[in-house]
Amino acid sequence: MGNLYTSTTFMEHNSHPDYKYEMDAPTHEHDGINPSCGDELTLQLRVENNVIEEASFTGHGCAISQASADIMADLITGETVEEARRLAELFLAMIRGEQLSEEDLEDLDEAAQLQDISHMPARVKCAELAWRTLDGMLTGQNNQ
Amino acid sequence: MIDTEHVKCDTCTAPEPMELDASDEASRGWPTVDIETNPYKGQFPLFQQHPEIAFLDSAATAQRPACVLDAERDFYQCMNANPLRGLYSLSVEATDAIAKVRQQIADLIGASQANEVVFTRNTSESLNLVAKSFAPTVLEPGDEVVITIMEHHSNLIPWQQVCRETGAKLVYLYPTKTGQLTTEEVLAKVGPKTKILAVGQVSNVLGVENPVKNLGKLVHKYGGYLVVDGAQSLPHMPVDVADLGADFFAFSAHKAMGPMGIGVLWGKMDLLNAMPPMLTGGEMIDSVTEQDAVWAPVPEKFEAGTQDAAGIFATGAALDYLVNTVGYENIQAREQALVHYLMGELMQLDFVQIIGSIYWDNHHGVVSFNVKGIHPHDVASIMDMDGVCIRAGHHCAQPLLTWLGVENLACCRASVAFYNDKADIDKFIAGLHHVWSTFNG
Repeated sequence: MGNLYTSTTFMEHNSHPDYKYEMDAPTHEHDGINPSCGDELTLQLRVENNVIEEASFTGHGCAISQASADIMADLITGETVEEARRLAELFLAMIRGEQLSEEDLEDLDEAAQLQDISHMPARVKCAELAWRTLDGMLTGQNNQ
Repeated sequence: MIDTEHVKCDTCTAPEPMELDASDEASRGWPTVDIETNPYKGQFPLFQQHPEIAFLDSAATAQRPACVLDAERDFYQCMNANPLRGLYSLSVEATDAIAKVRQQIADLIGASQANEVVFTRNTSESLNLVAKSFAPTVLEPGDEVVITIMEHHSNLIPWQQVCRETGAKLVYLYPTKTGQLTTEEVLAKVGPKTKILAVGQVSNVLGVENPVKNLGKLVHKYGGYLVVDGAQSLPHMPVDVADLGADFFAFSAHKAMGPMGIGVLWGKMDLLNAMPPMLTGGEMIDSVTEQDAVWAPVPEKFEAGTQDAAGIFATGAALDYLVNTVGYENIQAREQALVHYLMGELMQLDFVQIIGSIYWDNHHGVVSFNVKGIHPHDVASIMDMDGVCIRAGHHCAQPLLTWLGVENLACCRASVAFYNDKADIDKFIAGLHHVWSTFNG
């Protein structure tokens, strides 16, 4: 995972996140925490006609959790709810060490560079915080 | 000084200085040990396997010298049999081996008899045994158990549990923000209601040594008992339970160069005798009938099931190495020199915030810190890329980090042992520069 810290683009997501702000009129909001790390995150979505028009997050945590959240918000903006769920499931599978197809990795785009985290059990929770929060939010929505 | 108005005791005629808050005063001798040369590292196979690493996490678990690994193997190779029960010579040999280590530990910590030494799996289990078996025999509703806010969860959660069960109250001693317990605080909290005072001799986060001896004197005046968590002290300083005035003393072998999975609880024989066993079953009885059982005497009463005999045997080798091969005098001199150098270097980094005292000699092998604006987990991960092993997280002391107001409830910790050297510290400091430049160009 060392290359994450040396990746300028990855570190930019931590130091200058584009999607870290409080949204005006979210249609969805969900909190995620990592009690063992003290990471806290609130994910907000504005969904119109089943499309995620806007995604943002607030909170604090390590660089891995923050950059991962920013990358995710970027990736799911403009996607349908179903596609966002699929991407979240792909990401969570990848981070838990499952081998993804080339195609799936391409779909994850920048998020695919977090693949190496699966070798660092202590950091898996950091990487997946935003995605777990998204998954929980969208799964909860479907159950309603 | 002990306030004699408040504490009536037979030794009050000549009270010893309590030295609760005097340790921030100057008058420090500077260590002169040569930490550039390292006569010890070669004795540790792990360092031969990983010559590139700077291992600064000995407070979590120490590395083991070859003689300890050999001992573990020797047990299985030369004397393996189930101790206690066998009537053949191999089993007798295994039984003798354990008895010898029991005596060795008793001698090491100043216990009056070997049978006061109970083998457990670790410090947590030792402290659980006191909280679950001893505490209910003395606690009544309204009584108080006093601990410090800097306790490791091992010396905190068992007391939470027993207080809940007995209706006793858990009372915290709060030190100064740099970790010193003040006389005022102690006298305000320890009193006639105090039945148990449980304290870590050395904090695993702040590295500070608590005035255990004086706390013991105080709690004994009120008829209470002193429980000492020695997990972070015994590997680094000589311990004499009689001198400390402890009623119970717990430690783990694995922080003292021994194997994982071996813990020790020492207790006064009359207290151990009065305690019921926590676990029951094999090897802890004298006789069993359909409806009843008679416990074996202490310590077997508390050692249900087959013990990790090889681990106990290797613990003997570890303590022998620690005390006789290296020696506490060398350990202390070297570790002080290492901490002195480490603190001196750390203090020069304006992006590092030390947690606890800024005085090097208040840190017994342990220095916790944070790097400004960078999450401790990121610090540890980047340091790992440079082969530097440090701990990051809440260090099993969440109430302490909450009370200190540490951001993210997490911090970094570097801890040294005598087998570290100047090169390890230099690597660590270089690693911190790397962390800082990674985030700040």
